[in-house]
Amino acid sequence: MMKGRAVGLVVIMCCSMFSLAQESKIGKLTGHAKAGKGLYRRYCVTCHGPHGDGEGENAPHLDPKPRDFTRATFKCRSTPSGSLPTDSDLYDTISRGVYNSAMPPWRPLTRQDRADLVAFIKTFSTRFQEEQPGTPLPIPPQPPTSPESVQRGAELFQDLNCWSCHGKEGRGNGPTARTLTDSKGYPILPFDLTSGMHFKCGESSDRLFRDLITGLDGTPMPSFSDAMKPDQIWDVVHFIESLQASKKENRLIRVLKGE
Amino acid sequence: MRKHWLQITILAALAACLAAGGAPGTGSAAPVPPAATVKGTVKFQGTVPKATHIDMSADPKCAQMHPGGATMQDIEADAKGDLENVIVYVSQGLGDAKFEPPKEAAVIDQKGCMYQPHVVTVRANQELKVVNSDNTTHNIHPLPYNNRESNQSQPPGVPFSMTFAREEIAIPVKCNIHPWMHSYIAVFKNPYFAVTGKDGSFEIANLPPGTYTITAWQEKLGSQSQKIAVGAGESKTLDFSFKQ
Repeated sequence: MMKGRAVGLVVIMCCSMFSLAQESKIGKLTGHAKAGKGLYRRYCVTCHGPHGDGEGENAPHLDPKPRDFTRATFKCRSTPSGSLPTDSDLYDTISRGVYNSAMPPWRPLTRQDRADLVAFIKTFSTRFQEEQPGTPLPIPPQPPTSPESVQRGAELFQDLNCWSCHGKEGRGNGPTARTLTDSKGYPILPFDLTSGMHFKCGESSDRLFRDLITGLDGTPMPSFSDAMKPDQIWDVVHFIESLQASKKENRLIRVLKGE
Repeated sequence: MRKHWLQITILAALAACLAAGGAPGTGSAAPVPPAATVKGTVKFQGTVPKATHIDMSADPKCAQMHPGGATMQDIEADAKGDLENVIVYVSQGLGDAKFEPPKEAAVIDQKGCMYQPHVVTVRANQELKVVNSDNTTHNIHPLPYNNRESNQSQPPGVPFSMTFAREEIAIPVKCNIHPWMHSYIAVFKNPYFAVTGKDGSFEIANLPPGTYTITAWQEKLGSQSQKIAVGAGESKTLDFSFKQ
């Protein structure tokens, strides 16, 4: 009798754990994998593939390649390198899209649809059942930018070998740029910081700070969370933003001229 | 009333079980049979490829540390064919035995813009201390299949630690800043493994008597397995030979 109850309890516990892994929580929204499955088959499957391994029928034509969800390795996170992203991180990426790739913003889908997709994407890797997402890394308030801060950032950019990949002037043409591959072995180019193009994980200074402390997992871009103090990271952010300035100004001039 | 007694009996039985479990070694002192040893040599047959020159001009700080030029070799064998840096381990035969990871950390160092040692062995969940002895910044980027991928920048003199939860032989490690740098981290769930030295020899000691599959793994030459049975206190020899 008691044995029967104990077995029942274990079954209930297992089921509840399983169903938790099939859900996503984004603020007050709860996404369900069951609902996400249909959406995935309609909107995502052609690139990310029926098995979520990034081997959809469009994949051979795409560069960068679609994300392989079975590895649970994600570029845009709020959590430390090597840890799982939060549900909100995945939701943000689906909503924002990934600049300079074939991944569009999915804002036309309802918020509930996007939350359901997050829940379904998490079913492709058992890591989401075995581990908790990492704790989001704090982003301290941004100090005002100044020529001194930009100068310090420029020095850190040299000292920390950022230039090896991104180039001495940040043009993405460093001495090792041509040797880089992503974690699946596909060639990948370092970002041209002077191009004025959108950054992959978002445009704000906070997001640039976040890229530097979390690293972009699955790519050669490491985390600098142990390598620099927060003030120094802000200096590097200011330096990178100074490289972008001229291009952005040019863009603004073109807009004003009505071109 | 009867049900009440049943509950008390079950509780008492549980308590007895817990007490027995809490004081190991006091109840049953089964004699431990003397341990067995497997040792041998790993050879390479054929012409050893020449060491290739490394172009370190991408980072002048690295180049300065090798005034005579640096070389690397994926197959490290001497004139007699003794093969170095081969991982030899028990791949089958231990059943579900569980082993606690050692408290002390394993170490991987970045020295002269090379990894020291080239092949690192750790136990699952054992601390791996990452040291940077160079005056330049590295990034340590393990590319596991069965563990977490991480990628951290490391300026001079700031050590940090990492762990791997699952067995994996072996995880390639890269430094993206210095593309010639590569190493392998092998993660084991048991303590029965060895890495061959310069003379190609290995020794796996303290093995409980039994029948095992022993596997030898080399980064370029792949892996080979052999079965062996060892009795209590026995020492047996097992040799491997790789061809390209």
